[in-house]
Amino acid sequence: MTSLSTVRQQVLAGIDSHLVRRLAGPLLILLAAYGIVPLVADQYVIESLLLPFLSLSLAAVGLNLLTGSAGQLSLGTAAFMAVGAYGAYNVVLRLPWVPMLLAFVLGGIAAAAIGIVFGLPSLRLRGFYLAVSTLAAQFFVQWVFTKFSWFSNDNTSGVITAPQLRAFGLVFSEPTARYLFCLTVVMLLGLAAERLLATTTGKHFIAIRDNELAARIIGVPVLKTKITAFALSSFIIGVAGALWAFAYIRTVEPHGFNLDRSFQILFIIIIGGLGSIRGSFLGAAFIVVLPLVLSRLGSAIFGGIFDSGVVEMCQRMIIGVLIILFLILEPDGLAAVGRRLGPTLRRLLWRQ
Amino acid sequence: MNEALPLPRTPSHPSPTFFLLFLFTFIPMHTHSLSRSFIGRLGSASLASLLLLGGLTGCGSQKQAGDSTTGSTPTAAAPAGGSNLDVNLKEQFFPLQSYRVGPYAAGGTGFFGGFIDYLNLINIRDGGVNGVKLTWDEGETQYEVEKGIEVYERLKDRPNIAAWNPLSVGIAYAMIDKVTQRRTPLITINHGRTDSTDGRVFPYVFPLLLNPYSETSGIINYLGTREGGQDKLKGKSIVVLYHGSPYGKETIPIYELLAKKYGFKVQQIEVPHPGNEQQAQWLTIKRINPDYVVLRGWGVMNPVALRTAQKVGFKADRIIGNVWSNSEEDVRPAGEAAKGYIAITTQASGKQYPVLQEIIKTVYDKGKGNLADKNRIGSVYHNLGIVNGILNVEAVRIAQEKFGKRPLSGDEVRWGFEHLQLDPARVEKLGAKDLFHSINVTWKNHEGDGRVTFQQWDGNKWNVISKWIAPDWALLRPIIEASAKKFAQENNIQLRTEADVDKVVK
Repeated sequence: MTSLSTVRQQVLAGIDSHLVRRLAGPLLILLAAYGIVPLVADQYVIESLLLPFLSLSLAAVGLNLLTGSAGQLSLGTAAFMAVGAYGAYNVVLRLPWVPMLLAFVLGGIAAAAIGIVFGLPSLRLRGFYLAVSTLAAQFFVQWVFTKFSWFSNDNTSGVITAPQLRAFGLVFSEPTARYLFCLTVVMLLGLAAERLLATTTGKHFIAIRDNELAARIIGVPVLKTKITAFALSSFIIGVAGALWAFAYIRTVEPHGFNLDRSFQILFIIIIGGLGSIRGSFLGAAFIVVLPLVLSRLGSAIFGGIFDSGVVEMCQRMIIGVLIILFLILEPDGLAAVGRRLGPTLRRLLWRQ
Repeated sequence: MNEALPLPRTPSHPSPTFFLLFLFTFIPMHTHSLSRSFIGRLGSASLASLLLLGGLTGCGSQKQAGDSTTGSTPTAAAPAGGSNLDVNLKEQFFPLQSYRVGPYAAGGTGFFGGFIDYLNLINIRDGGVNGVKLTWDEGETQYEVEKGIEVYERLKDRPNIAAWNPLSVGIAYAMIDKVTQRRTPLITINHGRTDSTDGRVFPYVFPLLLNPYSETSGIINYLGTREGGQDKLKGKSIVVLYHGSPYGKETIPIYELLAKKYGFKVQQIEVPHPGNEQQAQWLTIKRINPDYVVLRGWGVMNPVALRTAQKVGFKADRIIGNVWSNSEEDVRPAGEAAKGYIAITTQASGKQYPVLQEIIKTVYDKGKGNLADKNRIGSVYHNLGIVNGILNVEAVRIAQEKFGKRPLSGDEVRWGFEHLQLDPARVEKLGAKDLFHSINVTWKNHEGDGRVTFQQWDGNKWNVISKWIAPDWALLRPIIEASAKKFAQENNIQLRTEADVDKVVK
């Protein structure tokens, strides 16, 4: 991974500068995200790019814990998002004294509970068989929210308008405010996920992914670890669903959390890089941003000649081809590209 | 706004810095051993697109004045050359969140095609509305909420937006907050949030012509006339076959209410989405053997219902389709099984109406029509788009009478919609006699008392088989008001009074 020369440099540069180097990147990104983006980005960029990017990134981080790190394939991501969103909505609605942040946590816990239930088959099933049983979660949850209108407060058309975001006595209604709120939640949970992978539980995840039998033999508690993986992953995905509903779309409906969304998030982690937190963000950027860029570019160039449908079709084809090429040429995802780029960038930055 | 029109803004495309970032991510790859790999090529590809974009921003600012429509409507475009700096630019802009791709493309192309055709007709034949050209720009939504929002955010800063017309309940819901803040009307013709009919709570939302409750009442009233009087409904039995979605379930309480009122028996059976297997449901129906089946379907569920009905031997002329089961696309795939099937509509299909003849003559014969397939002219969705065009344009015209013949603000157009009263005589003058009946929107009633009619499929086309029927609005109004009031309380909305109607923001 790191070439010999960079290792030598790191040793030579000493601990301090090593730390500085390691933290410089993340700190710069954080600085840009908190300091520069809110000042520069207009409403369009925040509402249509950054908010979906952040919520899908978080969902991808969650799924990556389960699928990327612990090796349990899941197709129920959108369902867990829906449980998070509906859970948070119902807590806010029915227990008005609960602060909204806590409602998000409770939404996440509800998702975790459902995640555990649908994670139980993972004790017996593996791979595609497990994927099919998580698919059941997808259909079941959507059905429940459509069938029982209690969840949507008996709203006639079944679409809920999400209440305004509030926390710490502040109202986050402006796009910039919602962005900062989202960013903070995503950052904290992302950091937690990153740290989790460094703990024993995290190592257990990887052990089970790499070889379940071997893991069992060396004393990894397989049952407990798998359930933990499902619970933690679903918790994060549930919070992501609440963010999606409260901070981004501002409405909640079962249709918004369909199988397509599950696939979308699965593609994010495949393209971004399985088992990599950074990959979740890169993949989300790819899936959210690239189609928009392509279709905007397409309609800017061809808008007068073809109608929007043709342009959209071409954009889909290009994205499809790109995904296939990515899978063939870079199976480890964007995160692997990033890893290779890292040293190069650092050299460029620090040598001169 | 009149004397100092805001200059068209710089494109709201993602700024070039965005592309630069994208590019720089990949440039260092060239120094790496992988430079000849796919990633390297991706880098060069993005370099190429950056160059393209550079060229575009050069000529792009000219394109920006709200007319990607130049291709289809030369008259809609401003005079050539730097014209968008002209402060006298007289344009009224329609942002279109259309869907021409995806599972609902048939409806989207027809509806937005009809809408654009009518706007084109007004531009070409009349030179716009009192000299104000109509312009538009399309963004593809695929019927998905987040794409609809993206298009909204992209187009919302254009000058002189008249109204939004997403033709999607999900997108409309997500926009209610936003359009209310920015004071722009949101039109949800024949669909939308039922309680937005109450203009006291939803000043900017207009479910024109028909909301789901009125549709239900219209269907029952039709069955009553068919039986020879509402009192004859007593003891009849009706099955409602509904799509397993919030949309499908929305009218359940209304059917129950009407059943109680008229004394018929109603049984409501769900078909899970998408509805491509209905054997069990139709066997149940066969066993019940009701007098009528109301089909509250969506997409593939409709033709499958008709085919399965034929299989179990239930006659098509006893099946009544609702407003989303009433198009050619719903019956054609069912072939022979659809013959005799009846469906509700707010706008008759066919191209015999003067306004359609003018569209064919003025727009299509000059090669400027929006539908790729001319056979779809006069189809259900196309005519719905045309009626939607008439309602939008007339609202603008009515507002112009009040505020002056110039491009209007969204709030001024809202005033126009709240005074959108077209009686049958006016409808005839517009060349739409028998195409739709009339509309009577007030500040309180945002639906506007649209009449419905019923059409029967003869295997090739729809034929109107009923008079214009009025739903029982008085019965439904209290339910709508109660629901709107609940929304107002949840969201701390002050009920509007009549005095607020004329408070218009320029």
